Amino acid sequence: MGSLKAAQSHSSSDEGFLATRVDELVNWGRKNSLWPMPLGLSCCGIELMAMIGPKFDISRFGAEAARFSPRQCDLMVVAGTLTWKMAEAARTIYDQMPDPKWVIAMGVCSSSGGMYDSYSVVQGIDMILPVDLYVPGCPPRPDAVIDAIMKLQKKIERETPIKNLMKGTIVGEYDEGTKRFVRAPNQYNPTTSSHEVLAPGEYEQR
Amino acid sequence: MSTLERIQAGLNGITFKVVSSREGTTTIEIAIGDAKETIRRLRDACGFETNTFVTAVDRQPKTPRFELAWQFLSYKHNDYVRVHAAVEASHPHAPTITDLFAGTAYSERECFDMFGIVFDGHVGLKRLLMPEDYDHFPLRKDFPHQGIEPDRLYREWDRRRRERQPLAEESES
Repeated sequence: MGSLKAAQSHSSSDEGFLATRVDELVNWGRKNSLWPMPLGLSCCGIELMAMIGPKFDISRFGAEAARFSPRQCDLMVVAGTLTWKMAEAARTIYDQMPDPKWVIAMGVCSSSGGMYDSYSVVQGIDMILPVDLYVPGCPPRPDAVIDAIMKLQKKIERETPIKNLMKGTIVGEYDEGTKRFVRAPNQYNPTTSSHEVLAPGEYEQR
Repeated sequence: MSTLERIQAGLNGITFKVVSSREGTTTIEIAIGDAKETIRRLRDACGFETNTFVTAVDRQPKTPRFELAWQFLSYKHNDYVRVHAAVEASHPHAPTITDLFAGTAYSERECFDMFGIVFDGHVGLKRLLMPEDYDHFPLRKDFPHQGIEPDRLYREWDRRRRERQPLAEESES
């Protein structure tokens, strides 16, 4: 497996004028045509529908084209309570979305488990997914999610996709054997949560 | 003829105790051994043709520990009856009523899944929501509310996912 270092720059002008301007162009295109993947898992899904609908109208920000195929999306909105049974499906949907992709945790349930301090609920989707923005509220108003999308647009503005490419920043690896680009893996990380997970032996000792 | 009078006429010969319930539903308490016969009589003689739920209550410091509850609805008379029966923690067994009310198969499976009460005679009594090899019963009072290894199945799935080689067979050919 060789590292992906496309278009390795040789001169000292690798952070030059051209890369910066092309970055701006790419980011402008990306931030104004976010395609959300609505993962409406509970009551937050209703607010998400209201946000897409005419009253709140996220087409003003270019993010109204909600598709139910992850292959056509680049913004995953996890709206609602993610249970451990649903976690595999959510992670699979995230893996199936093409790069670049962003994740919004909508509502307290997906941000931290919320009031479901329970054995069946994932205590924050950041245990299984990399999250860009957390939206508080139970459920959050559609305005709050629109605000999150605007903040995400500001975040996308600061990204440097072309510069990364020219500097050879490693965002994944190209597997020669399988002829496939493999994104750097996001490991399952139980330490991001304050949730106390007991081992079976621990439980018997109590 | 009130609900209670109808039940008393139908359950002639079975000992039961009328207990008060908070919201006023007619509630009777019986021994677990009489449960099958009582419910059969409620269906055939008293006109309760629908089962609303089968569930249990864990009253942990008390003995007997579990309290099984069935509720039945009569469309004809427009009233409910609730049947309570105590179940010992040392022998958490109860008779199934799936031969009287086929729809209770799922309710009894859920009750088994959450409280560990075994319904004798149930055809497919296995875990409904929790993993099949799980050793604990979540709605018992001694179960920690944050769970025991709630992420185990996801963790195993995540490990398999990362070990999987994409298109490995295709590249060999």
